[in-house]
Amino acid sequence: MTQYLLAIQQPDDPTDPEPQRPDDETLARIMRDVEQVRTDMRDAGVWVFSGGLAAAASATVVRTRGDEVLLTDGPYAEGKEHIGGLTILDCADLDEALHWAGRLSRAIHPLPVEVRPFQ
Amino acid sequence: MSTAEVFAAEYGRCVATLTRLLGDIDLAEEAVADAFAVAVEHWAGGVPPNPGGWIVTTARRRAIDRIRRERAREPKEGDAVRLLDDTGPDEDHGPIEDDRLRMLFTCCHPALAAPARVALTLRLLGGLEVPAIARAFLTAEPTIAQRIVRAKVKIRDARIPYRVPRAADLPDRLASVLAVIYLISTEGHTGTTDPTRPDLAAEALRLARLVADLMPDEPEALGLLALLLLTEARRPARVADDGSLVRLDDQDRSAWDAAMIAEGHELVRRCLRRDRPGRYQLQAAINAVHTDAARAQDTDWTQILALYDQLAVLDPGPVVALNRAVALAEVHGPAAGLAVVDTLDAPRYHLLDAVRADLLDRLGRHDEAGAARAEALGKTDNPAERALLRDAGRRPRHVRKSSRGL
Repeated sequence: MTQYLLAIQQPDDPTDPEPQRPDDETLARIMRDVEQVRTDMRDAGVWVFSGGLAAAASATVVRTRGDEVLLTDGPYAEGKEHIGGLTILDCADLDEALHWAGRLSRAIHPLPVEVRPFQ
Repeated sequence: MSTAEVFAAEYGRCVATLTRLLGDIDLAEEAVADAFAVAVEHWAGGVPPNPGGWIVTTARRRAIDRIRRERAREPKEGDAVRLLDDTGPDEDHGPIEDDRLRMLFTCCHPALAAPARVALTLRLLGGLEVPAIARAFLTAEPTIAQRIVRAKVKIRDARIPYRVPRAADLPDRLASVLAVIYLISTEGHTGTTDPTRPDLAAEALRLARLVADLMPDEPEALGLLALLLLTEARRPARVADDGSLVRLDDQDRSAWDAAMIAEGHELVRRCLRRDRPGRYQLQAAINAVHTDAARAQDTDWTQILALYDQLAVLDPGPVVALNRAVALAEVHGPAAGLAVVDTLDAPRYHLLDAVRADLLDRLGRHDEAGAARAEALGKTDNPAERALLRDAGRRPRHVRKSSRGL
């Protein structure tokens, strides 16, 4: 078995603490659909962990330079998209992981899902 | 049979089987290369009756020896344990479990970049060396080599499975496999630089036959095989002694391979009975109509136009639209064809200008035809196609009948 990271890529403006969100009704439907996929993942015995992340603007980057630990406000990667949520699955192979990523992408349409194996 | 012939015929099957036994493509390739090196020494007196089996057995023994040596040096658990405990290759597979079919689905996995799928398929199933693949696709050798390496690393790290996909995934995955085979075949018939690459065309035909044999209930697999047979059948008449291309109209039809055409026609009839048309089946049917005509002027263009109408629904791209316009010109006259051609938007497609030129010639608009032909010449590097265009300029006449019509 191999563990896979399913990372939801979410467009946002890292300087905006309140990134644009879909309207409440759409959001409620998305949450319900995502919860259903999660339940199905659990029932299939592949689910390890999942969760949604706060806005990328809430991130802090930590790095060591010399003896000093430096903190920087904001996400590490610059760009218009950041990980908005993640799921970790334990699957037999990539095809199984891609099947669940497909289910998830339908639930969060039109956001893309990046699938990446753990070492 | 020479060792080289055995290599061409058996390399893909041997690597595919060893990949199943060893669980690793690189180990499998190494083991098969070792075994062929041994074969060169051992087969001086003659090739054994089952050379493929000999290679697999030898490769497997070599791989086990190598793994034993490595384990003695550095004992560790791993895939090798499975290999050593395996008492023998399990031969009892259903037809669908053919190792080459697994390998084909793995090489053509949609999680791999499209150019990597083609390169990997030619390398692992066709046994083509990197320089041959690079020549075929006008790409630098290091680029091809890197594509293959990266694809193999991804197969291993992301655990792209080594099996025929389950039924629910099959339609999409089969489409990817057929697209790779079709691309190899296309390159084999009108290469980017070489007029023809018989080795690529033969490899595509071999792979298409494999898929059609192992998945006979998939009409598109049969359709692709039929299409490749009907294209390959015309190869002897397609290139003149001086290496120039011969138009379909001018080909000596007695030089066509009658057995291949008969097989292609039979496959098209099987597809028609299934009545689940797809793009390869329709292209095969179009080629069946062409090869059905004893002389060029006997061609049933009305039927070809009807088939292109169907194909255009499945494939709305400019290539099909252009070929449909050619058929339209044959049925309703060059002005009708030209009216359609002038609506197409494919600025880099040289055949569009070539077809325009021929239609303009037929309407007596020779100056405009000359300009269109010059446009076409600026867009293709294939020397044989260029020669054909220049020749058409000197000797205005009929249009090339389809993109696969040579």
